[in-house]
Amino acid sequence: MIRFDSVSKRYPGGIAALAELTFAVESGEMIVLSGHSGAGKTTLLKLIPAIERPTQGSVIVNGQNVATLKRAAVPYLRRNIGMVFQDQKLLHDRSVFENVMLPLAIAGVAVRDAGRRVRAALDKVGLLEREKAMPVALSGGEQQRLAIARAVVARPSILIADEPTAHLDDDTARDIAAMFHAFNQVGVTVLVATHHEALFAPYMTRRITLAHGRVVS
Amino acid sequence: MKGWLLHHRQAALQAFRRLAATPLNTVLGALVLGIALALPAGGEMLLANFQRLAQRVAATPQISVFMALDAGRKEVAEVESRLRRHAQTREVSLVPREETLKRLKESEGLGEVIDSLPRNPFPDAFVVVPRTETPEALEAMRAEFAQYPKVEHVQLDSAWVRKLDALLRLARLVVTLLATVLGVALVAITFNTIRLQILTQRDEIEVSRLLGATDAFIRRPFFYFGALQGLAGGLVAWLAVLGATLLLRGPVGELAGLYGIDFSLHILPLADSLMLLGLSALLGLAGAWISLRRHLSS
Ligand SMILES: Nc1ncnc2c1ncn2[C@@H]1O[C@H](COP(=O)(O)OP(=O)(O)OP(=O)(O)O)[C@@H](O)[C@H]1O
Ligand SMILES: [Mg+2]
Repeated sequence: MIRFDSVSKRYPGGIAALAELTFAVESGEMIVLSGHSGAGKTTLLKLIPAIERPTQGSVIVNGQNVATLKRAAVPYLRRNIGMVFQDQKLLHDRSVFENVMLPLAIAGVAVRDAGRRVRAALDKVGLLEREKAMPVALSGGEQQRLAIARAVVARPSILIADEPTAHLDDDTARDIAAMFHAFNQVGVTVLVATHHEALFAPYMTRRITLAHGRVVS
Repeated sequence: MKGWLLHHRQAALQAFRRLAATPLNTVLGALVLGIALALPAGGEMLLANFQRLAQRVAATPQISVFMALDAGRKEVAEVESRLRRHAQTREVSLVPREETLKRLKESEGLGEVIDSLPRNPFPDAFVVVPRTETPEALEAMRAEFAQYPKVEHVQLDSAWVRKLDALLRLARLVVTLLATVLGVALVAITFNTIRLQILTQRDEIEVSRLLGATDAFIRRPFFYFGALQGLAGGLVAWLAVLGATLLLRGPVGELAGLYGIDFSLHILPLADSLMLLGLSALLGLAGAWISLRRHLSS
């Protein structure tokens, strides 16, 4: 499903974020990515949907090599990968409903179908009653759930999340972790980069720990 | 195919929404474009009217043949019969010198002047309606008639028609230049509007890319935006020209009446109207296209 083969990533300016990374993630796994700040977790996640490209090595996602993927093919790769970003990247001039609608509009899903799927996704994260609200009117935890609903609404086979429980209280963070577990249970391959390993420990199939851009365990 | 249509509908809706989100900007933008476009559009309206007038006048060219003052009855009759026999003449009518004198005497103010003349200063004249309308053939006839005995002077009405034609051609050039300059202005204004739009929609563009939007998906609403703004400008220009036409119609009709011309100002012809709207939408599209190429590369 996802395969890294001696992947190195050097940012312009010479910082080596990842070095000679080799590992594979099977379909249906739930991986927790851990490591100190600056270890390269975000960089690793960004390589999967081709937000960043590797400097060396190959990143195979669903049979495609992201390292050499043509620019025009990137959008279609991304439509199959749900992403929860560290800074959420919600659109603040659009309602909750419209935020979740965006991936479906991009994929060209017919409006009536799309409306039904948006509501189903909002229901799964417990935000159905807030569909008309604007994101600013949501609490931190609700915003995070909105980001998750948007990530899963197009039914991607891979879900990646970068610090999805940062700045949340323990109870809310636990809810979020359980939510990722629920998506994993229905067959979605999940990769979560987090400092809250304990929260995800009960659900994960494996942990990948990074230190200074290398896998240490 | 269905997805394609859906995407276009979404893009058009989104463009409408963006226009509606800033109504004041939209209205002011349309006014600026409209006023700029109203200049060439108004010029085109005037031009179309003058052309219509010129065509009506030019449709019946005439040649006036003036005899020498000392031409006798016999010589006049001789010229008349030659004119009538000529293959290219349709109608020949004699205007005797006595009649010209009489007509002018009756006209206001001139009576006393004419009376004080020692003798009739006017020659016998013929008004010839030719069968042909081409300037070359008319010119050939003029030269031929001038050779007839005792013919003093031949005047071709097409001379002033040709002058009018040249004038209209010049006016057409001016209108075209004006349209080009202001068309470029429209492209530049749209270019800038789209640039600002891209800046304000930066987050949305970035997020859409991350969610798998293609370049086409991201560009489409801006194309619609540019085209719609251009179209709105074209519409404002059209309405401005319509208003001007209706306002000027009365006074122009009266003025023409003073010169004995039956003429009323018409509104911009349908083909020109459609061209105005189509072209302004197209130029808006072009402005958007250039702006997107410049500002949405990565
Ligand atoms: N866009 C960038 N340009 C240059 N250097 C970068 C960039 N992004 C990350 N880095 C560097 O790459 C290294 C790895 O960063 P990364 O964000 O992947 O770490 P992380 O494990 O996600 O850290 P954190 O836990 O703090 O989020 C760091 O040294 C960082 O400074
Ligand atoms: Mg990080």
